[in-house]
Amino acid sequence: MWEYSESVKEHFLHPHNAGEVQNANAVGEVGSLVCGDALRLSLRVDPQNEKILEAKFKTFGCGSAIASSSILTDMVLGKTLDEASRITNRDIADALGGLPQEKMHCSVMGMEALEAAIANYRGHGQPQAHEEEEGEIVCKCFGVTDKKIERAIRENHLTTLEQVTNYTKAGGACGSCHWRIEEILRKVLAQAQQAAGAPKPGGLTNLQRMKLVQETLDREVRPQLQKDGGDLELVDVEGKKVKVRLLGMCYGCQVATFTLRDLVEGKLREFVEPDITVEEIRA
Amino acid sequence: MNPVIYLDNNATTAVAPEVREAMLPYWGEKYGNPSSMHTFGGRLARDVAKARSQAAALFNARDTEVIFTSCGTESDNAAIRGVLEALPDRRHIVTTRVEHPAVLNLCKHLENRGYRVTYLPVDAKGRLDLEALKLALTPDTALVSIMYANNETGTVFPLAKIAELVKERGLILHTDAVQAAGKLSLDMEAIPADLVSISGHKLHAPKGVGALYVRRGTRFVPYLIGGHQENGRRGGTENMAGIVGLGLAAELARLHPEEAAQQAKLRDRLEQGILRAVPYTRVNGDPEHRLPNTTNISFEYIEGEAILLKLDEAGICASSGSACTSGSLEPSPVLRAMGVPFTAIHGSIRFSLSRYTTEAEIDRVLSVLPPVIAGLRELSPFWARREASPAKP
Repeated sequence: MWEYSESVKEHFLHPHNAGEVQNANAVGEVGSLVCGDALRLSLRVDPQNEKILEAKFKTFGCGSAIASSSILTDMVLGKTLDEASRITNRDIADALGGLPQEKMHCSVMGMEALEAAIANYRGHGQPQAHEEEEGEIVCKCFGVTDKKIERAIRENHLTTLEQVTNYTKAGGACGSCHWRIEEILRKVLAQAQQAAGAPKPGGLTNLQRMKLVQETLDREVRPQLQKDGGDLELVDVEGKKVKVRLLGMCYGCQVATFTLRDLVEGKLREFVEPDITVEEIRA
Repeated sequence: MNPVIYLDNNATTAVAPEVREAMLPYWGEKYGNPSSMHTFGGRLARDVAKARSQAAALFNARDTEVIFTSCGTESDNAAIRGVLEALPDRRHIVTTRVEHPAVLNLCKHLENRGYRVTYLPVDAKGRLDLEALKLALTPDTALVSIMYANNETGTVFPLAKIAELVKERGLILHTDAVQAAGKLSLDMEAIPADLVSISGHKLHAPKGVGALYVRRGTRFVPYLIGGHQENGRRGGTENMAGIVGLGLAAELARLHPEEAAQQAKLRDRLEQGILRAVPYTRVNGDPEHRLPNTTNISFEYIEGEAILLKLDEAGICASSGSACTSGSLEPSPVLRAMGVPFTAIHGSIRFSLSRYTTEAEIDRVLSVLPPVIAGLRELSPFWARREASPAKP
């Protein structure tokens, strides 16, 4: 059973602004019957000052999809389109007191419907079913494009395949696109790193380094070790010295030194900083 | 009326009051170990023996053919791995696409360990193609594992026929009968299967106990290696309360075959009531060959988790094959194997009854459910456009 916040339950059981705005002049619709969730957002916008006077939703989906739609209509009411366009999926999830990780895609759907409605008002799009941004379809089961995946990774600082599935649904059914998603993840993360890490004087802060080390270990190193029945945990980061403890089959393994130098240190140098060193802590 | 209307008995059942009563002493004064030399512990071996007879009677089998385990999943693992280990030269397994994860994921795991697995398909009603089964059997086949009744749709496979086909070829058949136990006959004189898994908590015994029937003469290597318990075929000190509970639950099921017809009557009342009151619905599975307690119904244009949450609010427990209830975003593999359209899988709800389900409870569901469905459909953008879409009742 999902751990839904009180606010999610409340908005699901007693949704606000359900229905269709009469004489709507901004309509956005995303999702489809096949995907398992869809949201049609209709707005009446004051042409004088672009304020949202009325907002209603129709949603096909689970409890958190309906709750996300309901709170979205509350959030946009009275805002100008410019103000509303700054609402992110995080804002929607936060307003609900949080969503389970696996349900974050419901908040993404809210944000997308809002964007589609604003685009529709400004004449960039038609109120049609299953509007998708451009790009190449990566997940055929749920019709998710590479553009959408890249954006979700960037905006929500995602680092793993599982998170991408939670936020976009991509890869959630047959799994045949997992390799493509991993590829996109690597690309976006590498870009983000170049933008953030490289030329900054003084390099990473301690906090940034620790976070990046942990993320790199979780994403690049541990899945490899786990394939062979091993694992490791991060014990400490002291400056550029990373201390790890080897677990499972890795503990006491004869080739542990190579694992540490070639895999762990190699990946950390590739993804974090070129002068990182790794030390093993024995239990 | 009960505070909760529990129609999720394929997930787990209430412990029968008689069973609970019979188990209590083993958490109190009867705490001995049945393997002990002293009377205080050793006399409990008699209680284990009685429970074994009760369980064996459900299978119409000998006492020595029953092994107590910790759950249905252990029974499945013990059966499949036990046979594979006894036949190390054979590397092929035949199973179906609609098995419980205890069998399906084990087979996938074994595939990664070098086994070849044939997953037999099912048709739109969830029925098995026996010709496909015949064609799948090879001299390299170590084991056939085919469930008796499906947990999600209740579809019952013709186990006796399947067993005959497999035995004609001299091969070993395991069946996961976890959902069938207590609802369908498990007479192993009439069904020539070799290994049969059952689970206590689907049968009004508690969680944490199961049993495996192993036909005498079946080649089988123990899965849990340890002490001499269970005739050396499953190590580990006996779960006394669980074993005694499972024994009595098996006896209650065997002595009351009429319960199946009672449950079927109530199930049909529920199903027909829903189909009458709610348009755009469909029953998933094979109404001709189905567990007496199960119905799986798809409500078009809405999503299953939302239906469950609304029912939960009204104190009604059911389950769904929807992706949003699975944790993996993957809609039910069973319904997908049957070719049920995605749109219908998302809105699928399983109601599963028990001997404790009452007519008043069914009628309460019939009064609560239609407005819940109508309300969610009002919220759904597809409902207003349904005439334009291809899905028709």
